[in-house]
Amino acid sequence: MSAYWKTNQRRLAPWLFLAPGLFMFMLYVIIPIFQSVFVSFQDWDGLGEARWIGVDNYVELMDDDAFYTSLKNNVIWLALYMLAVPAGLLIAIFLNQTIAGMRLYKSLFFFPFVISQVVVGLMFSWFYAPNFGLFYNLLEWLTGTGTAVLADDRFVTYGIIVAGLWPQIAYVMILYLTGLNNVAPDQVEAARLDGAKGWRMLWYVILPQLRPATFIAVVVTVIGALRSFDLVSIMTNGGPYGTSRVLSFYMYEQALSEYGYRMGYGAAIAVVLFAIMMIFISGFIWKMWRDETER
Amino acid sequence: MVHLARGALALTAALLLSTAASAQQRVLTFTTDNNDPAPKAAWEQLVADFEAENPDVDVQMNIMDREAYKTAIRNFLTSDPPDVANWYPANRMQPFVDAGLFLDISDVYADNDLNTQLASTLPIVTQDDKQWMVPYTYYQWGMYFNRTAYEQVDAAVPATWEEFLANCEKFKAAGIDCLTTGSSQLWPIAGIFDYLNLRTNGYEFHKALTNGEVPWTDDRVRATFAEWAKVLPYTTANHAAIDWQDAVPLIVQGKAANYVMGNFAVAAFKEGGMTDETLGFLPFPTINPDVPRAEEAPTDAVFIPAGAKNVDDAKKFMAFVARADVQTKLNTALGQLPVNAGATVGDDPFLQAGFEMLSTTPGGIAQFFDRDAPAEMAKVGMEGFQEFMVRPENLDAILDRLEKARARIYK
Repeated sequence: MSAYWKTNQRRLAPWLFLAPGLFMFMLYVIIPIFQSVFVSFQDWDGLGEARWIGVDNYVELMDDDAFYTSLKNNVIWLALYMLAVPAGLLIAIFLNQTIAGMRLYKSLFFFPFVISQVVVGLMFSWFYAPNFGLFYNLLEWLTGTGTAVLADDRFVTYGIIVAGLWPQIAYVMILYLTGLNNVAPDQVEAARLDGAKGWRMLWYVILPQLRPATFIAVVVTVIGALRSFDLVSIMTNGGPYGTSRVLSFYMYEQALSEYGYRMGYGAAIAVVLFAIMMIFISGFIWKMWRDETER
Repeated sequence: MVHLARGALALTAALLLSTAASAQQRVLTFTTDNNDPAPKAAWEQLVADFEAENPDVDVQMNIMDREAYKTAIRNFLTSDPPDVANWYPANRMQPFVDAGLFLDISDVYADNDLNTQLASTLPIVTQDDKQWMVPYTYYQWGMYFNRTAYEQVDAAVPATWEEFLANCEKFKAAGIDCLTTGSSQLWPIAGIFDYLNLRTNGYEFHKALTNGEVPWTDDRVRATFAEWAKVLPYTTANHAAIDWQDAVPLIVQGKAANYVMGNFAVAAFKEGGMTDETLGFLPFPTINPDVPRAEEAPTDAVFIPAGAKNVDDAKKFMAFVARADVQTKLNTALGQLPVNAGATVGDDPFLQAGFEMLSTTPGGIAQFFDRDAPAEMAKVGMEGFQEFMVRPENLDAILDRLEKARARIYK
């Protein structure tokens, strides 16, 4: 035993150190993924007996208007959430100056990311609230008729995305601010000598150096858009009549909400959402792997 | 998501209120969602009375948020069941009974003569020929209105739908919403649908519809929606953005005239400053004079979870809650109607009006849309009602969707 340990110590030690983490990761991430896939082939109310129904849940999903509404909203979320990246960059560049009290301004801009998403959601629902909401009154004053954003199927998703963008922009901004600290001053200097300024300076000199920050910003924004559950739940509960649902919320509604007794169907939605996320995640992993092996 | 729900549950559990236990007493845990001030006080009084009668039992009451309770119940019934909890009978209890999470309390019914005392609600607590819950209260739904608003536009209290709609015209001219509601939690508008359907097609049809025996695309269902369409122009515009509590001030301030609600709302109206003189109650107006009048009166009940640890005392508690004198006292405090036939109704004018209305109902008494119909149908249905109220032009698509759901749910 001890002889075996002596000869293989270097090979075994990393695995021993990894073991607790791997165990937790298996227990709480990998195994539940397979359980979800397993449940998605069943008809189960979460309380009684589960019944194996094969791909019926997925067949039903293909013919479910609510599913397509959620999917469409997820795409809108994904597209509009990306605005956080340029907006965050803009604010970061704006704040990357040396003026007295700059730290205070930076922390003020960072503030929305610190407060909880639930609080953000509540604040924006009051902002949009009919009769007393600031935004409602502003619209009424400008156009003569107020619009209750969260009760109108045309605007509700956009209304929630705006609420989500507020903290997301702050997050992206902080990523870029740290990135800007690492921009090499000699390169900027050299570019200046060559007569670059304004847009050309930003595009050809600054941005290439910010690539790592941009990569992380895009990753967190994509993930943030796809798991947008809390704001939907707080602000509209999926309403009016389910028009602001996203996939993660629809899954919760089918499986776990007040009237949701369909674990199997909810799991099927979760599997589809997982598949969509996998497209992005494997893209990111592939890019990281490529970057690392190139070096 | 399961972890998220568990986390929420743990958080709620940490916020629970509980009374102090002493070592010699047997503990009876009671989880409830009666977190509004008046019901909470009423239940605390009932628990105190029970403890006075049974000094060897210590009841620990855990009060949870009402909306959160509706999802938490599935977790705590399977993981850590209390000895007693409250829930809704009929279709809302059915999945739990099917899953074996409720304790059969037929013996409590037999030993305490409850089959006769609670005879009126026996059908909704009975499944597989056994009794599972003890109902303690019910309350009428109907139309609550602001008398001052009626006087302001010189409108008479309507008895028929035509009169009601004629009044709406007057209210509109005065800039008052004829009918208000808050549909962001969906269930308040299910009350409107239930009444419109009961008045248009009658109790038997409504029962068949919620039991899934009639297609949603049936012409009689369309007739109900046609009546609903008539009142939509006079309904509060942003109802989808507000809760039922948010619509209460509209009635109190006279910005809206009528509100289809359950009698529990009276407490909220009075808290806002209305009195027996300014607040009025009228049974939902007659639409089709040929159908016998039917009403809506949901019942609330307590039960013993199958995993209860202190079953003996829990059964004592069941028998206690079922008793006529206990129900009289509890419901006077709740401002609702007792179920026990031997109990007396409080002398509040709204209670008296409701009791009078319900006890003379020739047609039948419906529970509520989400109790008469299975949970999944209720959810799809109420969403459809909300969509109809905002986009009445989508009616065909909505009914097709409900019909598709019916075909799937009632297999």
